[in-house]
Amino acid sequence: MMILSGDPPRSRALSILLVVILLALLATPFVFPGAKALNVAAKICIFAALVASYDLLLGYTGSVSFAHTMFYGIGSYAIAIALYGLGPSWTSVAVAVVAGLPLALLLALAIGLFSLRVEAIFFAMITLAVASAFLVLASQLSWLTGGEDGRSFQLPELLRPGTVFIGKEWFGFPINGRILTYYLVLSACALMVLALLRVVNSPFGRVLQAIRENRFRAEALGYRTVFHLTYANCIAAMVAACAGMLNALWLRYAGPDTSLAFSIMLDILLMVVIGGMGTIYGAVIGAAIFILAQNYLQALMSIASTAASEAGLPLLPGLLHPDRWLLWLGLLFIASVYFFPTGVVGRLRGKPAAKH
Amino acid sequence: MSEIVATDALPKPKRDIAPLLLPLVLALLMIPLVGSPSSWVTLTVASLAMGMMIFIMASGLTLVFGLMDVLNFGHGAFIAVGAYVATLVLLPLASWAQADSLLINLAVLVPAALLSMGVTGALGLVVERVLVLPVYGQHLKQILMTTGGLIVAEQTLYALFGPQIIPMPLPAALRGSFILGDVAISKYRLLALLIGLVIFVAIELVLNRTKIGLLIRAGVENREMVEALGYRIRRLFLGVFMTGSALAGLGGVMWGLYREQVHASIGDELTVLVFIVVIIGGLGSITGCFIGAILVAMVANYGGFLVPKLALVSNILLMVAVLMWRPRGLYAVTSR
Repeated sequence: MMILSGDPPRSRALSILLVVILLALLATPFVFPGAKALNVAAKICIFAALVASYDLLLGYTGSVSFAHTMFYGIGSYAIAIALYGLGPSWTSVAVAVVAGLPLALLLALAIGLFSLRVEAIFFAMITLAVASAFLVLASQLSWLTGGEDGRSFQLPELLRPGTVFIGKEWFGFPINGRILTYYLVLSACALMVLALLRVVNSPFGRVLQAIRENRFRAEALGYRTVFHLTYANCIAAMVAACAGMLNALWLRYAGPDTSLAFSIMLDILLMVVIGGMGTIYGAVIGAAIFILAQNYLQALMSIASTAASEAGLPLLPGLLHPDRWLLWLGLLFIASVYFFPTGVVGRLRGKPAAKH
Repeated sequence: MSEIVATDALPKPKRDIAPLLLPLVLALLMIPLVGSPSSWVTLTVASLAMGMMIFIMASGLTLVFGLMDVLNFGHGAFIAVGAYVATLVLLPLASWAQADSLLINLAVLVPAALLSMGVTGALGLVVERVLVLPVYGQHLKQILMTTGGLIVAEQTLYALFGPQIIPMPLPAALRGSFILGDVAISKYRLLALLIGLVIFVAIELVLNRTKIGLLIRAGVENREMVEALGYRIRRLFLGVFMTGSALAGLGGVMWGLYREQVHASIGDELTVLVFIVVIIGGLGSITGCFIGAILVAMVANYGGFLVPKLALVSNILLMVAVLMWRPRGLYAVTSR
């Protein structure tokens, strides 16, 4: 209970689901060898942490930020620029952490102080504008960021696929730096999710929920709401930047499409809502469902699309084309806001829908 | 204390003209910086035309927010849909559009614009009923719902029209420029300027001279009071929402012609610009929106000419500057 900060899943089905996800992630390198499965698993880990940090904002404070990918991107680019510019060493990684996290913190602080004084809606618009300016900036300053192409770089010796710890003879495939990187990503992300769980179950987290439910009343009780909201915004930004760093380490690359694009922001939003807002566990479930769908549903859609075009149906082939999978997720998104606003977690817990 | 006599005229509300002067001052300040008068005139006309197009798109959004406290993050979808629908008319009738006669050009352009407005207006009806109505008064869900709507609309456009960029050439009669001395003014920009002004004047007239406009302005200021007087503000709101959507569609057509190409991503792209304009202008204010649009366009044009690198973040800087001066936008009309 300690490790879950006294906030257990409170539903047998949910507990089982979470344990299954965790075990699957732990076992992936051994049970599903192959690059694709490992990539999907690493992405689930990274997004679980990223989405959990977004849940702190959306689910616990009720403020909609569209700048979350900006912090994610700051983390990614910090690692990429440091390792590209200073060479593949642990010193460069340390430099990236020391430079990237304070930058994310400062920006979060500035945005928070500037726009959290006002209503949620205002905050949403301002973060959207700032994030889009940052995206343009990152793709234009090509001497620093590599522009649209991004930056590819080498990892420190220990994390490279070429570094073999245990040869093929034991498991039929080598245990190398890649697998070490995977476990690094997995453990760091698990730590971040648990830390966020700790944050939301602290007295501070309770104040955030109070602000979400009734800001005016929270203020009347004597809480400095702007301080609390800005603090939450900073914590979320730091976690997002850390997730971005892990993402860059895993991909050995950082570019606008993998870290800053508006579509990633929409993905995060979808994951939070599908998983369940204001639960943290929802982030893990949402990320797992979404990324599995993203990677494996498309294959299914491609089969359906070919079948539809062979049957000579109008429109359907276009609608079922694998590139259009976001269309169906968008519909799912609207449907879930409509019918089960508490997401998968809320459904499994079976409590009455929380009112926002 | 002076006595108030019943026959006295009501005290006139104070006119707040400082924001009105802002674009003028900015334009005049730019004369020495730009240098040559001819490029200054060209830049100014360009920014006014661009400002008008942005104003047309943003006007609906600001009223929708002001009246009903609904922020439509899917507003960009109407812009994109409007532009795509226009290609349905403009591309099959390309020979008319390229004919060397203004009349024939207009005979295809006007129906295209009207069709776009009709389709986006109808879409606005559907969106209001399906996405916005169930979540009145819940900001978080409104943002989520309309963002979902934006995704679905954009993906549907990709599915129906394909992911490629569709060219949307300007009609022949609108190409080229008028040359006055050494100043060149593009014909299409002049037309855009004209349409924008007409729409601005029309909206102002409706808001200030008709019963409906009176109700809308009253609703923006105090919704409950208007409802208490027995007016069905939901219906009024639906009308405003549809009109706003239709205007966004028109804006999309004009923007498509301005860029001479259409792509579903213009929805995302312009949403940001439109939001900045709405924030600068003050949520719910048409005049503020008008000035905000011109300011954003001016900063983009002058900035792009003088310091191209700055153009990337100029909008944000403008927004910060305006909000430092007036934290609730140029004109704060809502009580919220």
